[in-house]
Amino acid sequence: MSNITLKVNGKTHTVDVEPATPLLYILRNDLGLQGPRFGCGLGQCGACTVIIRGEAVRSCIRPVSAVQGAEITTLEGLARDGVLHPIQQAWIDEQVPQCGFCQNGQIMTAKVLLDRNPNPTDAQIRQGMAGTLCRCMTYYRIQAAIKRAAKVTA
Amino acid sequence: MTPLTTSRRDFLKSSGLLVVSVSALSMADLEALQGQGAGPYPDPDFRRLDSWIVIREDNTATFYVGKTDCGQGTGTAFRQIMSDELDMAYDRTSCVMGSTDVTVDQGGSGGSDALQTDGWPMRRVAAEARRVLLEMAAARFAVPVDQLAVSEGVISIKADPSRKITYGELIGGRRFNVTLTGNNTDATTGVAKIKNVQDLKIVGQSPQRYDIPAKVDGSLKWAVDVKLPGMVHARNVKPPVAGATLVSIDESSVRGIPGFVKVVSKGNYVAVVCEREEQAIRAARQLKVNWQKPATAPFPTSEGLFTYMRGATPTSNPAPTVVGTPDAALAGAAKVIEAEYDVPFQGHTSIGPAHAMADPSNDQMTIYSNDMKSYGLRNGVAQFLQIPRDRVRVVWMEGPQGYGRTAADDAGFEAAFLAKEIGRPVRMQWMRQEETAWDTKGPAYTFKMRGGLDAQGNLVAFDYDARGADYNHLGYNEHDTVLIAQLTGMRKTTPAPGGAATPSDMYAIPNRRMAVHVVSLPLVWETPLRTGNLRDPNGPQVTFASESFIDELAAAAKADPVEFRMRLLTASTADDSGFKRARSIAVMKAVAEKYGWDTRPSPGPAGNGNILTGRGIAYAYRNQTVVAQIAEVEVNRRTGHVWVKRFVCAHDCGLVVNPEALRRTLEGGMLHSLSRALHEEVTFDTEKVTSVDWVSHPTLTHLDTPAAIDIVLVNGDPNQNRPDLPHYGAGETVCKTTIAAVANAIHDATGVRLRRMPFRDVRVLQALRAARV
Repeated sequence: MSNITLKVNGKTHTVDVEPATPLLYILRNDLGLQGPRFGCGLGQCGACTVIIRGEAVRSCIRPVSAVQGAEITTLEGLARDGVLHPIQQAWIDEQVPQCGFCQNGQIMTAKVLLDRNPNPTDAQIRQGMAGTLCRCMTYYRIQAAIKRAAKVTA
Repeated sequence: MTPLTTSRRDFLKSSGLLVVSVSALSMADLEALQGQGAGPYPDPDFRRLDSWIVIREDNTATFYVGKTDCGQGTGTAFRQIMSDELDMAYDRTSCVMGSTDVTVDQGGSGGSDALQTDGWPMRRVAAEARRVLLEMAAARFAVPVDQLAVSEGVISIKADPSRKITYGELIGGRRFNVTLTGNNTDATTGVAKIKNVQDLKIVGQSPQRYDIPAKVDGSLKWAVDVKLPGMVHARNVKPPVAGATLVSIDESSVRGIPGFVKVVSKGNYVAVVCEREEQAIRAARQLKVNWQKPATAPFPTSEGLFTYMRGATPTSNPAPTVVGTPDAALAGAAKVIEAEYDVPFQGHTSIGPAHAMADPSNDQMTIYSNDMKSYGLRNGVAQFLQIPRDRVRVVWMEGPQGYGRTAADDAGFEAAFLAKEIGRPVRMQWMRQEETAWDTKGPAYTFKMRGGLDAQGNLVAFDYDARGADYNHLGYNEHDTVLIAQLTGMRKTTPAPGGAATPSDMYAIPNRRMAVHVVSLPLVWETPLRTGNLRDPNGPQVTFASESFIDELAAAAKADPVEFRMRLLTASTADDSGFKRARSIAVMKAVAEKYGWDTRPSPGPAGNGNILTGRGIAYAYRNQTVVAQIAEVEVNRRTGHVWVKRFVCAHDCGLVVNPEALRRTLEGGMLHSLSRALHEEVTFDTEKVTSVDWVSHPTLTHLDTPAAIDIVLVNGDPNQNRPDLPHYGAGETVCKTTIAAVANAIHDATGVRLRRMPFRDVRVLQALRAARV
């Protein structure tokens, strides 16, 4: 065990954990952040996605020791002053979720996609989101919501 | 009026819980709920109006219903129908679902019956509450009820609208104390009549689902999120070979792990418990267990499955259903077509693995669970652990949807078992490989069909023979069927009878035989190939085969596939299916019109280039819901890749409560079955399942998404405007038609008939090459 300092959603936390522990467990179990979720623990589905240095990072396979000092953003950190991020609002307007369990990964991955490419083509959306899985298969509405958000943010 | 006493519900009321739905529980609410651990937990009485509806002084209402939401927004629909009958504004109501100690037992979810079956008692009790409130107002104002008007929770005198009173003023904070009647929950009723459809105002609108905002801002408290003081984390250690026997455990292999608490084992069930989650994961990986392989192979390989199934002696052979004289009709047919179809086992493979938290505090057992059948879990756990039912409760919370997975809620039983052993709250969660390998499976099928056409191309005989491997069916959290029960030796002495299904169409075919058989794999219990309800349990398999075969017959008759089906639906027969046939014809016409279907036989004209395009149709009837669906596909001749470019669906589930939520449910259902059509297959060698993660068990992705999905909501009732137009189910019907529509479209595009799911690139390419396409 060792002390590790993390910056998450603008707050600094110090936790005493095994350095090899995946970031996901620290976020969920020590910091009470439950946007990122366990889906596979293998980096295959994206349910655990957080944003670090502008990258969509799969927190289930990223050791906590590797992200010390970096600014980490979770789903809870997207809203500003109580106002939802336009992507989150688009998710509501489009009524995207079925069960909603994977939508953390969909939203966070879409955020990185739109930050890099504010006006993606349909093909770029499909490609950019391809590795983020939904077993309710809400892909059609997710893609519509991304286009809707792009109109607002572009 | 009796004042409310200090019951749990009052506590919740004072804690503010009643103004929110369970799915929007905040942390504080949850802690309040957890503070109610004293028990016991008697069943809420469905014959008491107070069990269903609470109205507060601020003129808001909360509905308590014994259903759970599988992600289709049923809670929103319940609020709509109950608000409408009660005459309250939708946004002044809330809904609590599926927690066994506060909601009456309506069975949780299953069978797409939320509105079709359980919506009726909800409407009737809300109508009864309205009636009682009107009578109270009549007494208050000393005027007859028929001189009162009610709107949005305010009752006024028609002749003098300035004299009015709210529901909250009449009853807020107090009980109705009204007794209802009915032999069972479904039959619950008061004396009030429900409204005519024409008088419903909220039904038919599309308020946004109330559960969605908290799902996109991260504030929703899910079952996976529950934390309790003193809790520990558990992980399972599964047998490496199905049917293996535990010989010994070397506990010293994990004792040095920080936070290690205990290894728990009974029979062939093994779990590790640690203080922290990552410690439990490590301990489960590190634990040395000595297993003895079974003497004989538990099952054939997945490659050999269909050969095995065709050769196996069925364990169940019910007498076939026969109409007319199919053998004679086939013998006399101008043309006879035969085909065999195969469907592999397909998993639930929920995006989040099985999980639950069990709290043994206060000599009670509280399970925080996403179990769709929370009432079944409660009963099952009580029996499994031999503790009185009223000491067990299940607090239902949202979870990753598995479309039937939690009907065998392994993690719920395991968490409760371990909590009882350890005496501390236990959080159990499965790992991905464990979930994908060991979750319940939709049964594999093989089909053999023959069809006879007369000289004019009319279908005169249809001989259907299905073998389903639904040999140990798990359906309602029975205490002796979930995996931990099997592994600990508590299991049924005989396999479940299982079942196999027949096509659910309304075709008038003069000579028809429907035969079904159940075949078993060698290992019946303790197997990762245990079968359960996977969204429309047999429908996707059966309809893939039967609606593909109807297409084969249409092609053999050189008839247009829509026209061929319409002939079967309009043929005169002596049976009594006029209502069903009229609605079938309506969806068939609607889907063809929306798509812009041009009448011609399949396959279409041979295409040039690498991309071949085609269209295919399929149709099905499920309970009283009817659907027709068209897929338009592109098939890449070089790679075998199939892309469904467009789906068009015409759907009739009677009275539609929330059209926008319904559309999304149908989209999800179609794409779920598209995933099964294109990707999903459980693979195994003779010892274990080998498809264990998202690489070895692929699923639909964003890349597969159609460019367009068009849905037409149809009301094909012969008496469309009747005041009692019923609401039917909508969660599963489209799962039936999708696969056949895609297969038929691939045939239309390429002339190649795919008779084995899934249509992965390699399989399609092989078929195209064999046919020299």
